[in-house]
Amino acid sequence: MSLAKSHTLAGIVILGVVLLIWQFLPPAMDVPKFIIPTPMDMLKELGRMYRREDLITNTLSTALYTTLGFAIGSAMGAIIGYLLGMSEFWERVLSPYILALQIAPKVAFAPLFIMWFGYNATPKLLVTVLIVFFPVLVNVLAAMKTVDRDMVNLARAYSLSRWEIFLKVEFPSTLPNLMAGLRIASTLAVIGVTVGELVGGNTGLGFLISYGGGQANAAMVFNSIVLLTLIGIVLYSVLAWAEKRLLHYIPKKEH
Amino acid sequence: MALEFKGVSKSFNLDTGQELTAVRDINFKVEKGEFVSVVGPSGCGKSTILSMTAGLYQPTTGEVRVSGELVTKPNPHVGFMLQKDLLLPWRTIIKNVEFGLESRGVPRAQRRERAMAELERCHLAGFENHYPYQLSGGMRQRAALARTLAIDPDIILLDEPFSALDAQTKLLIQNSFAETIMEAGITTLLITHDLSEAVIMSDRVLVLSERPGTVMCEMPIDLPDRAHPLKRRQLPEVHQHAAEIFTLLRLDQRAA
Repeated sequence: MSLAKSHTLAGIVILGVVLLIWQFLPPAMDVPKFIIPTPMDMLKELGRMYRREDLITNTLSTALYTTLGFAIGSAMGAIIGYLLGMSEFWERVLSPYILALQIAPKVAFAPLFIMWFGYNATPKLLVTVLIVFFPVLVNVLAAMKTVDRDMVNLARAYSLSRWEIFLKVEFPSTLPNLMAGLRIASTLAVIGVTVGELVGGNTGLGFLISYGGGQANAAMVFNSIVLLTLIGIVLYSVLAWAEKRLLHYIPKKEH
Repeated sequence: MALEFKGVSKSFNLDTGQELTAVRDINFKVEKGEFVSVVGPSGCGKSTILSMTAGLYQPTTGEVRVSGELVTKPNPHVGFMLQKDLLLPWRTIIKNVEFGLESRGVPRAQRRERAMAELERCHLAGFENHYPYQLSGGMRQRAALARTLAIDPDIILLDEPFSALDAQTKLLIQNSFAETIMEAGITTLLITHDLSEAVIMSDRVLVLSERPGTVMCEMPIDLPDRAHPLKRRQLPEVHQHAAEIFTLLRLDQRAA
C-alpha cells in the first residue's frame, strides 16, 4: 500500500472512531442532547433545517458574502500593499496606523457598522473586507520590500519602464507571499461574515447560530458551525489549488 | 574605444552623515574586443566601477564613456552579469533569454529566434523550456550569459560570475565563457577576486589599490589561448603573473 493511501485510510478510521464515540458516549453519560447532540441528532436536525429554516438559502447567502468580502478585501489589501511597497515615503508615514488598525480587533467594529448601515448585508460585508484586508496588505508590503534589488537593477539596465518592472519583476517575485496572504485571509473571511451575521443579521448561517442558540437547539448551532467550516475549507482549497498551479516553478522540497 | 574612464571619482553619503570615497581618479581604456579584468582588495570599489559603466549611477567627478558616448543613464549597449544568475524563476530559460529584448520592441518571432541562437552558442540547446530550478549552477550561469549576449551589447560586465561555482564547474564554465566571448568578439570587463582567473581569461589586468580605489598597475597578459583558459592555465607564465599581482596587492603582508 502506498504512503498516501495509508494516510487516507488512517484518517477515515480516526473519523469513524470519533463519530462512534460522539454518538454513544454522551447518551451513556446522560448528557442531554440540548447540551451535546449526537451525530444522528444533528443529521435529523439538518433535515428539519432544510425543510423549515431555509437552510440552502442561508448557506448560499453566507457563502456568497464570504466570497464577495474575501474578493473585495484582498483586492484592496493587495492594491494598497503594492502602492505602499512602491513608495517608501508613504509606507513610513502610514505604517504606524496600519499597525494599529491591524492590531485592533476587527470583529468589534460590527455593532458600529450596524449602527451606521442598518440591519442589511453591508455591515457583514464590511467586517469581512476589513478582516481580510490586513493579512493581504502586510504580506504584499513585506514581499515588496524584499524583492531582489539586483533583479530590479537588471531590469533597469534593460531599460524597462517602472510599470514593466512592476509587472515583470516585482509582481511575480511577490506572488508566493501574496498567495500565502490570500490563504490566511480565506480562513478569516468566514469569521468576518459569521460575526456580522451573529451581531445583526436575519439571514445566513451566523443568524441560524444565534437563532438556534436562543432556542437551546444545540444541533442547529453545531450544524451551522459545520457548514461554515465547509465554506471555509472550499475557499481555502480553491486558493491552495490556484497556488499550486501558479507557483509550479518553485521546486518542491524533498522530504 | 569600447570603454573609457577619465578621472573618475565616486563618493557616497552614508546614513551617518560621513562621506565615503569608493574610487578616486580612475583612468583606463578598454579597446574593442579586448578582455580586461579588474582585481583588487575587498571593498576597493570594483563593483562601483561596474555600476557606473552600466549607468546605474553617475560618477561624482570625471566621465565614463561607452563606445565614445557619455554614460548618463542605464545604457542599452551594456550587458551585465553577477555572481547570482538573476534568472527569473517563473520564466522558462528561453523566456529568460528574451527578457532583455522585450523592452526594445523586437517582434516576438525574432526574439525567439535570437534567443535560440544564443542558447545554442552557450551550449544550452534542448533546455529552452526548462525552468531555472531544473538546471545546475553552471548551466544557469551559461543561461545568464546567453541573456546578456542576446541584447547584442557593445560591452559586457562580469561581476564575479564564477565565484559561486564549485572548483571543477568553475574551470569548465570559465572555458565555455571564454570560447563564447571570443567567438562573439565582444568587449568584456571582468571583476574578480581570483588572481589566476584574471590571468587565464584576460588580455590585460587592472590592479586596484585599497579604498579609495585607484588603478595601481595595468598588466598586459601576452599569452596565447585566450579562448581556452583550460589550456592557458598550463603555462608557467600564468603563475608568474599571478604572483606579481599577489605581491602588488601585498596580500602576503595582510596574511601576516
